[in-house]
Amino acid sequence: MLDVLMHFCPGCSHGTIHKLIAEVIDEMGMESNAIGITPVGCAVLAYNYIDIDWVQAAHGRACAVATAVKRLNPEKMVFTYQGDGDLAAIGAGETIHAANRGDNIVVIYVNNAVYGMTGGQMAPTTLLGMKTATTPQGRDAKLHGFPFKAGELISQLDGVCYFTRQSVHTPAAVRRAKKALRRAFDNSMEGKGLSFVEFVATCSSGWKLSPVEANRWMDENMMPFYPLSKE
Amino acid sequence: MAKVRGTLVIDKERCKGCGVCLGACPFKVIELNREVNGKGYNYLYAAHPDLCTGCAGCALVCPDSCITVYRERTEQ
Repeated sequence: MLDVLMHFCPGCSHGTIHKLIAEVIDEMGMESNAIGITPVGCAVLAYNYIDIDWVQAAHGRACAVATAVKRLNPEKMVFTYQGDGDLAAIGAGETIHAANRGDNIVVIYVNNAVYGMTGGQMAPTTLLGMKTATTPQGRDAKLHGFPFKAGELISQLDGVCYFTRQSVHTPAAVRRAKKALRRAFDNSMEGKGLSFVEFVATCSSGWKLSPVEANRWMDENMMPFYPLSKE
Repeated sequence: MAKVRGTLVIDKERCKGCGVCLGACPFKVIELNREVNGKGYNYLYAAHPDLCTGCAGCALVCPDSCITVYRERTEQ
C-alpha cells in the first residue's frame, strides 16, 4: 500500500479489501510480479493505492484484458478488481467467457448492489424492494427483473476452480476473507483455472445510510440473499 | 500470570470517523472524539486505553488503515 489518503467515502468496504489484497501480495512476495486490472467505477483508482503494475480496462472488459495479460505473461500473477456494475452488468459476457475458458486469473468482485460512483442507481444485483436513485419505489421484479447472482452463475462453469463469497464487516469476516484471497492467488499461480472471489460490500453513500447502519442493513438484507461461504 | 496489554496508535488525520471499528471492539476502548480533525471528521481516539487487550479487531476492519496496535506482555 502506498502512504496516501484514499478517495473512498467513510466506511467504504473498498478500503479494507484493498488492504487485504496488498497484504496477501506482500506475504506472497509478488510485489514485482503482480498485475492488476482496474475496472470503471469507484475502484478505478486502485492504482494510486497498491504499488504494483496496473492496467485500466474499458467498462466491463477487465476479464478480457486480464486474459490477454496472463497469456502473454504466464509467470505473472494477474487479477481483476471489479464492482457489480462493471462485472455483472456491462461486463457479464466477458466475465462468463473468461470463466468458461478457465484462464488462470483471479477475479475479485465487489458486490454492493448499486452503482456507487454515479450516485447509487439500480444495478443488476439490486435486491427486490430496495430503494435506489432510479428505483425510488423499490425494485419491482415485473418492471426491473430479478437480482443477478453472478457468483452462483459463474461457479457452475467448468473453468472455475474456486468460488467463494466473503465480506469485510467484522474482524472474523476479514480474517476469513484474507485466507480466501490467499487461496485464490495460489490457485492462479498453480494454473488451476479461474478463481472467483466475491465480496458482499456496503455503499453507505449510495444506500443513504451511515457506515454503521449500512453494515447492519447488509447483515439483515444482503446476507440472506447472498449467503457467505463457510471458508 | 502473563497478561497481554494493547496500545493503540491512531493516525487522526487519516481517520474519516466512519465508526465501523466501534462495533469491532469487544471492550469499548475506542470512541469518536467530539472534536474534528483537519478534514472535519470526528476522529477516533482511545477513550479507555487501559481496557485494550490488543486484539486488533479495530485495525482489521478499518478501511483507511489508520489504527496500529502494539501488544505488550505484562506479568501480573
